[in-house]
Amino acid sequence: MIGAALAALARLISGATAHWVEPPTDARQRVYFGNHTSHLDFIVIWSALPPALRARTRPVAGADYWSRGALRRYLASRVFDAILIDRAASGHSPREASRSIERIAEGMGDDRSIIVFPEGTRSPSGEVLPFKSGLYHLCRMKPELELVPVYLANMNRILPKGKVLPVPLLGRVIFGAPMRLEPNEEKAAFLGRARDALLALRDR
Amino acid sequence: MTNVVDAVLHSVLGRLVAGVVALLVVASVVGFVLSRRAKSEKARATVANLNARIRAWWVMVAVFGVAVATGGIGSIVLFALTSFLAMREFMTLAPTARTDHGALLWAFFVFAPLQYVLVGVEWYGLFAILIPVYAFVAIPTRMAIAGDTTRFLERTSTVQWGLMACVYCVSYAPALLMLDVPGYAAPGATLLFYLVLVAQFNDVMQYTWGKLVGKHPIAPTVSPNKTWEGFLGGTVTAVAVGTLLWWATPFAPWQAALMSLVITLTGFAGGLVMSAVKRDRGVKDYGTLIEGHGGVLDRVDSLLFAAPVFFHLTRFFFVP
Repeated sequence: MIGAALAALARLISGATAHWVEPPTDARQRVYFGNHTSHLDFIVIWSALPPALRARTRPVAGADYWSRGALRRYLASRVFDAILIDRAASGHSPREASRSIERIAEGMGDDRSIIVFPEGTRSPSGEVLPFKSGLYHLCRMKPELELVPVYLANMNRILPKGKVLPVPLLGRVIFGAPMRLEPNEEKAAFLGRARDALLALRDR
Repeated sequence: MTNVVDAVLHSVLGRLVAGVVALLVVASVVGFVLSRRAKSEKARATVANLNARIRAWWVMVAVFGVAVATGGIGSIVLFALTSFLAMREFMTLAPTARTDHGALLWAFFVFAPLQYVLVGVEWYGLFAILIPVYAFVAIPTRMAIAGDTTRFLERTSTVQWGLMACVYCVSYAPALLMLDVPGYAAPGATLLFYLVLVAQFNDVMQYTWGKLVGKHPIAPTVSPNKTWEGFLGGTVTAVAVGTLLWWATPFAPWQAALMSLVITLTGFAGGLVMSAVKRDRGVKDYGTLIEGHGGVLDRVDSLLFAAPVFFHLTRFFFVP
């Protein structure tokens, strides 16, 4: 109920229209990975998903941001059902990082999808930064996973980093064709391919 | 029931609306017949687009009809919303930067609403200068404070132009309600309905004549769909209708003919200029909100120049 209202509000503010290169035919487990420029990004992808898919999709978000304040905690746990990870610790040690990936895999179970931003942070300029390796490690753990690139256009003009009020411009959410980790694919090659798939959606 | 029909046909505005509804019924029947007769792939696509446009016209006429029927406030709210949506489409395409966030907030949430408040309280003096003077001062100042000097002149001009076109110009349509023409008893929204009717009918007729007999484009690099045949056919038809409707206006028939001519010429100019902007930004439509028509700005582009010119001519010649 609150979720549906929030989704409608997000669509109104971002004016985002969703375009699918290959419209989804079933609700199988997927990783939606997007470019990150604005606080609106996650909720815009989430609200652009058809309600049936949205109900099974959990965002992966930084615990440092979403654990602050009662409202954020409520939204993260009750409305979005977010998988919270400790970004600072993951950056420090490989052991913590692999623990975060395990938490994400656990949180997915065998029927939930997730939304991730593999750049790891919001890009101030709007350029797509190099991907962190979490996406690769998750796919190693679950090789059957389908990855869907999601390009978000105009979000950093609507709500740039550090601003509070959104300007009502029209955003666009472009869902690309699903891809997978190939057997024996190297980490760098895979991350590059995923980033290229995302960038290729920019001009659609 | 007969009482309602009587009341509608007794008011000037009611008769105009009834006429438009009759026109739409005819258009819908023609569209239906054409959809049965279209054989080739291309003809079918054209007819499908035509019928989508006609369906959208029903919705737009219903919304506009309700707005003018409620008098002042309905019209002001409708055009305020139109301005907001049009500027949203314009600024999305416009080459502004991330650093223009603050200036854009002012445009959307200060100047646009304030302009329509001024229409509502009928403060003509400030209404006429709010955007040409005060926005012209405020927008570049805000942008200079933001500190980004890259393409500065281009960016401030873009935001100012968007405000002028989408807010200032569009607000002149409901501003017609401010005008008190001596000896003209019809409700204020009648003149507004007349302006929109002639401008939009001109659009439709230019499109129709262009599709039927259009051959020679006027400005091929801007819009290949605007032809001399469409322009002349549309202008003659729309001026004829605008003249025949003189009884709904404060004008004598010859004055109605000249006013209609001004509306059609400025309407054409608005459409042409907005096409040039779209062409420069590499898009065909400003948006997707209205099925078959594109965005809000695609539909109101003919009002942008027509509304302020029609307002000021009426004010200059007919309001003492």
